[in-house]
Amino acid sequence: MNSLYYQKKLSRNVGDKFFTSLSVFCAFIAILPLIFVVTYILIKGGAQINSDLFTLEPNPPGDDLDAGGINPALIGTLIITTIASIIAIPVGVGGGIYLAEYSKGGPFSKFIRFGVNVLAGVPSIIAGVFIYALIVSTKILFGSMYSGLAGGMALSILMLPTVIKTTDEGLKLVPNELRYASLGIGASMYTTILKITLPSAFRSIATGVVLGIARAAGETAPLIFTALFSYYYIVGFEDLFYEMGSLAVLIYNFALEPYDAQNKLAWAASFILVISILSVNIFSRILAAFTEKTKRV
Amino acid sequence: MEEKLILFKNRKRFGIEKNIDIIFKNTTLVLSSLVAVVLFGIILVVFIQSFESFSRYGLNFLVTSEWNPVKDEYGAFTAIYGTLVTSLLSLLITIPLGVGTAIFITEDFVPKFVREIVGSFVELLAAIPSVVLGLWAIFVMEPFFRDFFAFLHNFFGWIPLFSSEPAGRNSLLAIIILVVMLLPIVTSIARDSLNQVPKKLRNAAYGIGASRWKTIFSVILPAALSGIMAGVLLALGRAMGETMAVTMIIGNSNAFSWSLLSPGYTISSMLANQFGEADGSQVSSLFYAAFVLMILSLVVNIFAQWLVKKFSLKY
Repeated sequence: MNSLYYQKKLSRNVGDKFFTSLSVFCAFIAILPLIFVVTYILIKGGAQINSDLFTLEPNPPGDDLDAGGINPALIGTLIITTIASIIAIPVGVGGGIYLAEYSKGGPFSKFIRFGVNVLAGVPSIIAGVFIYALIVSTKILFGSMYSGLAGGMALSILMLPTVIKTTDEGLKLVPNELRYASLGIGASMYTTILKITLPSAFRSIATGVVLGIARAAGETAPLIFTALFSYYYIVGFEDLFYEMGSLAVLIYNFALEPYDAQNKLAWAASFILVISILSVNIFSRILAAFTEKTKRV
Repeated sequence: MEEKLILFKNRKRFGIEKNIDIIFKNTTLVLSSLVAVVLFGIILVVFIQSFESFSRYGLNFLVTSEWNPVKDEYGAFTAIYGTLVTSLLSLLITIPLGVGTAIFITEDFVPKFVREIVGSFVELLAAIPSVVLGLWAIFVMEPFFRDFFAFLHNFFGWIPLFSSEPAGRNSLLAIIILVVMLLPIVTSIARDSLNQVPKKLRNAAYGIGASRWKTIFSVILPAALSGIMAGVLLALGRAMGETMAVTMIIGNSNAFSWSLLSPGYTISSMLANQFGEADGSQVSSLFYAAFVLMILSLVVNIFAQWLVKKFSLKY
């Protein structure tokens, strides 16, 4: 009789309740991994943080009294990521400029955009295999085999699609009026791009690029047989041409060691890696939200 | 007349500026074509390196599981099977979980800020490096699931998938860690495609008296299906190529077994494990395996892109 009122026992309402709780349950499960992973890293890794960690070399496994520090790996990660950025950022930004500013949506640019997406889907270990075949096994880099330089090149292949994509998309968001105005007062194409469109898209491009760098810093698969690993301090320029350690490979190697001291070092390295990657991510998120709020049309 | 001519001359660009313009354009053109060069370079180099093994074993490589460097016998069946099984099973778990989470984020069961927090938690999960997840899997996840696996074996041991004694590192653990890695991909793409479904459709469904979930199942999900499918395929590609976490937890054994509780192998974990110390025809065989992996992930990726283009929402 009261058919207009909400009836709890109606099958559609029971079903709705059931699926709603299922969806809430899914969301609950979905946030658990991050909470658990981050908590364990904060507890297990945080306990290992001291000044020796940043200054000492790691001791070779077996010596399970004291594992030493992670200085070479930390510096190695910085160097390898820098090399990757030096290669990937100019190529990626340049390529993105062509796609967004010059191409007119023809088959070439369609093909390149498609290629960027395919390259983004290439498994990271394949990038390592490729550099191994091209550089490590041929000793093309002044006779050196495994080297930090080769590792940086492998990482740059993984960064390239991200950089191109963010540049392309960032430039597309710049209103055309700015371009017309600049070209209208007689600026040439490259002046317009370098002085007008690129600066106005700078923030979104920079955010994407920084996220890409953060992602590359944690990549391990391309490094395990290009940069390999090293226990020794990086002292000079020539070390670029020798095996170079990195935090990611250190975690991989030491997590699989049977010794407790090495495992602890792996947790400490994870702590540093995760804290820096997460803070970059959270910071760029806040920045993006802030930009969204203050954006004027 | 004279004055106009001078003005016109002033307008002309200097030759050097024109040249810079042309050089700049062509430089960006070359840089963008580098993407194609790298992509074809990868395919070509891996294929050439695998040629020796390819000509020796042919397609038999794909169906035999002998991997013996001493006798120079190579077959990658175990690794290929492991790659497919771990990625497909993990996807099977991730799809309902990820889509359910995406629905939670796009519907209004709870206030907006709670949904935003859930959304960013899931997205931040994607930022955790895979090697760190592997470390976590070894020291935290494996002990946690140990009793559960024993239970699984004792009660469901008659199913071939659980027929062996649970090993410390096994395929099922790899599947679980893959779920953790795929969840952010599926969730964020499903959320984006659900958000793109026009409000009109929802209002129309509510207007003719459909309940909330009737609307979701019959109107919203079908409308967002192509996007979700593309996300699922991208996740599949990622799962097949995923290396570190899987290598650390799957146990790396080339002995073929139907059971998920025994150690397994995937192509990428085989590469990560053996590439450093391989020589001779083993290297070529590893390149062959890498080539198989690359083709698998290329096919999945290209199919995903085709799907997006073909069935993208047109409202």
